Amino acid sequence: MSMVEIDTNQNPVEPFLRMDRMPHIWCPGCGIGTTVNAFSRALIESETDLSKVAVVSGIGCTGRVAGYVNMDSFHTTHGRAIPFATGLKLANPSLNVIVYSGDGDLFAIGGNHLIHAARRNIDLKVICVNNLIYAMTGGQTAPTTPNDVITSTAPYGTYDPAFNIPHLVEAAGAVYVARWTTFHVKQLAKSMNEMFQKKGFGFIEVISPCPTLYQRRNKMGEALDAMKAYKEMSKVKHGCPTSEVGLTKAGEIIVGKFVDRDRPHYDEMMRGHLRESLGEEYVEAEEPVCSGC
Amino acid sequence: MHADPIGVMTGSHFLDGDHAACEGALAAGARFTAGYPITPSTEVVERFAARAPHVGGTFIQMEDELAASIAIQGAVWGGAKAFTVTSGPGFSLMMEHIGYAAMTETPCVFIDVQRGGPSTGLPTLPAQADMMQVRWGSHGDYEVIALCPNSPQECFDLTIQAFNFSEKYRLPVFVMMDEVVGHMTEKVVIPEADQIYVEPRRYTKIPPDEFLAFKPVGEEQCPEMVMAGEGYKIHVTGLTHDERGYPNMTPPIQDTLVRRLCSKIRDNEEKICLFEEDGIEGADVVVVSYGITSRVAQRAIGMAREQGLKVGKFRIITAWPFPEKRMKEIASKVKALVVPELNLGQMVREVERAAGGKAKTIAVSHAGGSVHNPEEILKAIVEAAR
Repeated sequence: MSMVEIDTNQNPVEPFLRMDRMPHIWCPGCGIGTTVNAFSRALIESETDLSKVAVVSGIGCTGRVAGYVNMDSFHTTHGRAIPFATGLKLANPSLNVIVYSGDGDLFAIGGNHLIHAARRNIDLKVICVNNLIYAMTGGQTAPTTPNDVITSTAPYGTYDPAFNIPHLVEAAGAVYVARWTTFHVKQLAKSMNEMFQKKGFGFIEVISPCPTLYQRRNKMGEALDAMKAYKEMSKVKHGCPTSEVGLTKAGEIIVGKFVDRDRPHYDEMMRGHLRESLGEEYVEAEEPVCSGC
Repeated sequence: MHADPIGVMTGSHFLDGDHAACEGALAAGARFTAGYPITPSTEVVERFAARAPHVGGTFIQMEDELAASIAIQGAVWGGAKAFTVTSGPGFSLMMEHIGYAAMTETPCVFIDVQRGGPSTGLPTLPAQADMMQVRWGSHGDYEVIALCPNSPQECFDLTIQAFNFSEKYRLPVFVMMDEVVGHMTEKVVIPEADQIYVEPRRYTKIPPDEFLAFKPVGEEQCPEMVMAGEGYKIHVTGLTHDERGYPNMTPPIQDTLVRRLCSKIRDNEEKICLFEEDGIEGADVVVVSYGITSRVAQRAIGMAREQGLKVGKFRIITAWPFPEKRMKEIASKVKALVVPELNLGQMVREVERAAGGKAKTIAVSHAGGSVHNPEEILKAIVEAAR
């Protein structure tokens, strides 16, 4: 088993990272690394067997997370982390499959897959780093960009309404929905651990700064200013109706756990239904066997 | 290894090509399918949905073909043998994931039951107009294997072959059916499981700390496989990557990787190229065809022979890689190659390229919607023989 032993002489998150791939590509002040730190700490807390964790990412800055975590990891195509993860999980239900991707990847090009995976309640844990912009490609408008934000494709400011992500994911059927910012590192790690313990489609949105493209272009200061803003503007409201948690450019950021409910997940429903319909004729899918290893 | 008997419906059956292809997949050990309905391919997944719970398989109907074509790849890395099925518009949507499978060397099978296009085209009528798309549809340089059955029996046999090639060479393999082959019903004989060869997935025996997930091994020039959850901590990416699987976007790594993705097929062309010949020796004209058109061509060849013409038959079974070597040999011996196909000229370009001017190449095109009239092919043969 590959439960990680903590060596007090090293950074406790090092065993969770492919240290031979450092340094990473993220900009100074970017929040993605902070979320990976919280993710590692959540895995320590949850005492998860790392050999049974698979991380699936799409494309974009957050899409690179899969390349840095020291676990089975899949860097897929743009928007398609969730359907890849769906196949992976259904074929090998003993895996803990984490989808780790960005707002543009999950909610624009991949939006259809996200709502269907939530509807089916596939047992996936989705960590969405929301930096409110397409960062990898140079700061274009995302479906999460609030109004009156300057982006490279909205040089006079954005005017199309943004998604309220937690509201959308709750409506689609997720069993766990929370939002934190990269200021809330402890709460985020705790929330991730809590989500890992649940069966079904879990979702955490992490509001994360992009000093290089979002803040600079909008004269919103440096990375530290983002932290200050998160601290000042965040309000913890557990159980807040998700219809009330939409974001604006400079307004309140409501954080906390919004949804925590139980309903049968896809694999459970499929097996239960087929068992009932077919009786003894039903041959359940077995855990795949790797003949060589 | 032999097929697992649970998935093999041994016996003589009266099946259409779509159903036969599904039985081929089950016999080959496919236990995961993600699908999205599209005519005229839907019967394949309908049968899989009905059969899967009896054989330990899993079927999921996805939200679109983009999802279906990547969900199967997730399943493969989870340890399953997997395939998806589609036609025209759905095939167009799958193109990016064909490239992903090629780049990540994910063994998987796509069945394309071809219909007329472009766009929505002819939903329930035949064409063979995806033959270039299957070869070139995704961006970048890569090779694929594409097989063309001309009967329900071959839909069964070649689907097994497709899985075997995909495991041997670790790439996406395509069964290029057409609406007529998919919907025609004929006798299909399914052998005993111990008479069906199934290429096993080559899982590595190297321990995790020494294993390089993308290091080529052997004459297939393919890496050994692992699956998620075994402690290998593999990284799989569509980015240009080194032997560890780590992104490395430099020209030398790109050169090494992309050349290998192509050479593993090109260097093994003779083992992959399947074809059927009849009466090539001494022929003046050879008719080159595939899929349903080969059966119409057979009639035209018979009619031409009755007229005393020396006509040979070359039936392409493996369209990609194209059987270039054999086509060159044939072209050097005959006056003309007649190439009927249900498109306005696709595989004929390969035939002409291989012929290299040594024999005249005559296309007998058809925009799709029906099959050729044998007389059209006969007319071309007669003119070519002059």
